[in-house]
Amino acid sequence: MIAELGHFALVLAFLVTLLQAVVPMAGAARNNPRWMAVADSAALVVFALVLFAFLALMHAFVRSDFSVALVAANSHTLKPLLYKISGVWGNHEGSLLLWVLILALYGAGVALFGGRLPRRLRARVLAVQAAIALGFLAFMLFTSNPFARLATPPAEGNDLNPLLQDPGLAFHPPMLYLGYVGFSMTFAFAVAALIEGKVDAAWARWVRPWALAAWIALTAGIGLGSWWAYYELGWGGWWYWDPVENASFMPWLLGTALLHSAIVVEKRDALKSWTILLAILVFGLSLIGTFLVRSGVLTSVHAFATDPARGVFILLLLIVYIGGALLLYAVRAPQLKGGGLFMPVSREGALLLNNLLLAAATATVFLGTLYPLFLDMTGGGAVSVGPPYYEATFVPVMLPLLLLMGVGPLLAWKRGDLPGALQRLWLAALLAGAAALLAFWLAGGETPLALLGVGIAAWIFVASLTEFAERIQLFRHPASAGRRMRQLPRAAFGMTLAHLGLAIAILGMTGASAWKEERVVNLTPGASVAVGGYDYALEGVSRIQGPNYWAFRARFAVTQSGRPVATLEPERRFFSVQRLPTTEAAIHTTGFADLYAVIGDPDGKGGWTVRIYREPLVPFIWGGILVMVMGGLVSLSDRRFRVGAPARARNAALPAARNA
Amino acid sequence: MTRKRQRLVLVGVAMLLLGGAAALVLNAFSDSLVFFYSPSDLAAKDVPVGRVVRVGGLVEEGSVTRGSDGATVHFRITDLARTVSVTYAGVLPDLFREGQGVVAEGKLDAGGDFFADSVLAKHDETYMPPEVAEALRKQGTWRGAEAAEPSP
Repeated sequence: MIAELGHFALVLAFLVTLLQAVVPMAGAARNNPRWMAVADSAALVVFALVLFAFLALMHAFVRSDFSVALVAANSHTLKPLLYKISGVWGNHEGSLLLWVLILALYGAGVALFGGRLPRRLRARVLAVQAAIALGFLAFMLFTSNPFARLATPPAEGNDLNPLLQDPGLAFHPPMLYLGYVGFSMTFAFAVAALIEGKVDAAWARWVRPWALAAWIALTAGIGLGSWWAYYELGWGGWWYWDPVENASFMPWLLGTALLHSAIVVEKRDALKSWTILLAILVFGLSLIGTFLVRSGVLTSVHAFATDPARGVFILLLLIVYIGGALLLYAVRAPQLKGGGLFMPVSREGALLLNNLLLAAATATVFLGTLYPLFLDMTGGGAVSVGPPYYEATFVPVMLPLLLLMGVGPLLAWKRGDLPGALQRLWLAALLAGAAALLAFWLAGGETPLALLGVGIAAWIFVASLTEFAERIQLFRHPASAGRRMRQLPRAAFGMTLAHLGLAIAILGMTGASAWKEERVVNLTPGASVAVGGYDYALEGVSRIQGPNYWAFRARFAVTQSGRPVATLEPERRFFSVQRLPTTEAAIHTTGFADLYAVIGDPDGKGGWTVRIYREPLVPFIWGGILVMVMGGLVSLSDRRFRVGAPARARNAALPAARNA
Repeated sequence: MTRKRQRLVLVGVAMLLLGGAAALVLNAFSDSLVFFYSPSDLAAKDVPVGRVVRVGGLVEEGSVTRGSDGATVHFRITDLARTVSVTYAGVLPDLFREGQGVVAEGKLDAGGDFFADSVLAKHDETYMPPEVAEALRKQGTWRGAEAAEPSP
């Protein structure tokens, strides 16, 4: 009964969405406030309905109601409660429902917190949002109904893919979707602005928090996914340039560009039509990501659906939304007159170069990801594009961007002073050189790219701190620096933090790819192996029973020159329902490196294949991503985003500050 | 600086970047594309020795042996017409089994043996890598999905 109610709620949501897509749009065109007001209440109703449907599905999963086909196919009574809940989105239909739920959440967010938006813009934004939701609700209702019933319910379910039975799955997809779908907001703002024919500083100020929120969530989602791959797949790697990873990375790259170009629109009234184009393309990449991952054209743990009809439907949505928006762009963009002029060497110029480089980097990833699909479709044979391709294309494009990152924030708007900026960066350059030399001394020069990576990380780190110190005049007027720091807008703190985070993450990525040590050996209990200065003694292997699996659990005593460091207990689990084995790596982190152990197969003569890794600086990757996310959050809390247009800011600032 | 000049500089820089990125991509495509071969392709075509390629097919029944060090694995990949012997030092993926579909990435040596750097078997036990299914179909040895099932 509850499942039927859930289904009914989705049908109702579809109808209300239709209303929300049409009436406010017409109201905005005819200047009818009552029609425009429909958008707000409709957005809230849609959110409530989709939330109800989502909870109904969750109820079916938690209660193990196997008369619902989706639950029977993906759940099991013995599965732990956490995975019963996260299993709701561990499949095609459920993850689509989560997608729509988040879309509705953003819509409700605009309806609730968009009070300062002009009524007409808000109505149009919500109508565009509804048009997107309409397509996805139709997709769900017509091709992938999560509430379909089975005529003869089985006594026991088919269980969830064991790889997905992991706490990481509980958070990775919702975070990623918050990011993907968040860019539907910037898309809706862009389309609404095109319909309106007006893009100004106020528009950029309204759109920036949404872009920022989406960027934060996408950053966290990609980080969580990478972390999951690192400890769950047992290969000791954190990024594989797998098409599925690229699918989430492309919107991140271009979304980062959008975040920066929106600043130029806000501060200088320039780069308008470029920013609009970016907003459309970022959402396009999010949809392409959804298509690649969900259509089954790629084979991976993410590809639940292998039904070609579904892939075609997503492709159709992509063509309608992105094609339509680009058409509108082609018609309207020439009317968007750029405002502020600027010299090539200026803050605007640096941000523009940032955008061009990020767009070029996105293009290289895009080509590498889609070329094999293209070649396959045209009968050109099966090829794959691996890490060497990305090292030869993506990395060289990113290098100048990372160098620029140190200089750009020190340039003034309109007309910058490049020699002056470089002069102020002497310390950063010195320390970057010192860091590269230190790396050379510690690790040798076999990997010049790694030395460059360490140098660049130090360059960005010190340059960001220099910029921050300059801004509060730490060295010129140290006495009043504290006061100036307190007066600094939060967005400035956010930028510094995010750039520092990237520097930390780059250091981690460099170390992890250049100085990883790996050994695969066959060990009998009692024997030991030395990797990276640590001794790993296999004490024994025992058989243990989990809730829905059994496992071999190995016990390693790790010592460093006789001194005990850690006990590692990797497992190899066998899930009885799906008859799948999984690897559970055991990881001990020292803060600077991870000690990583995996147990493989028995050789039948008492020995076990084991894999031991020393993963230097990997913790820095997670730490750096965390700092970037924190930077985003700090920036999002900036008061300037909560007050209205610049003209109103002076009046609104005082009461807003008191409320905050 | 006039609007016209600003646009000129912008277009110039953009073209330069685009050209640079395109050159990088073309260069990388000629060097680092990894082509896929079936064992029959390997025998028929002149696959350059020392270039990274992928070989896919089924793991031949009874062909998996371990080297004396316990970590090196030897097995043969077959498309039921030809076979190629593979040497791999490393832990096999969780789903590696005899009779199952597999893709190995590595280099061919002059003697026609394949040295794998990585071995991929996918996340689902009834799953057949599409390249492998296609290769088997071309050899006329594809017998539908059951053919890929491991013997119980």
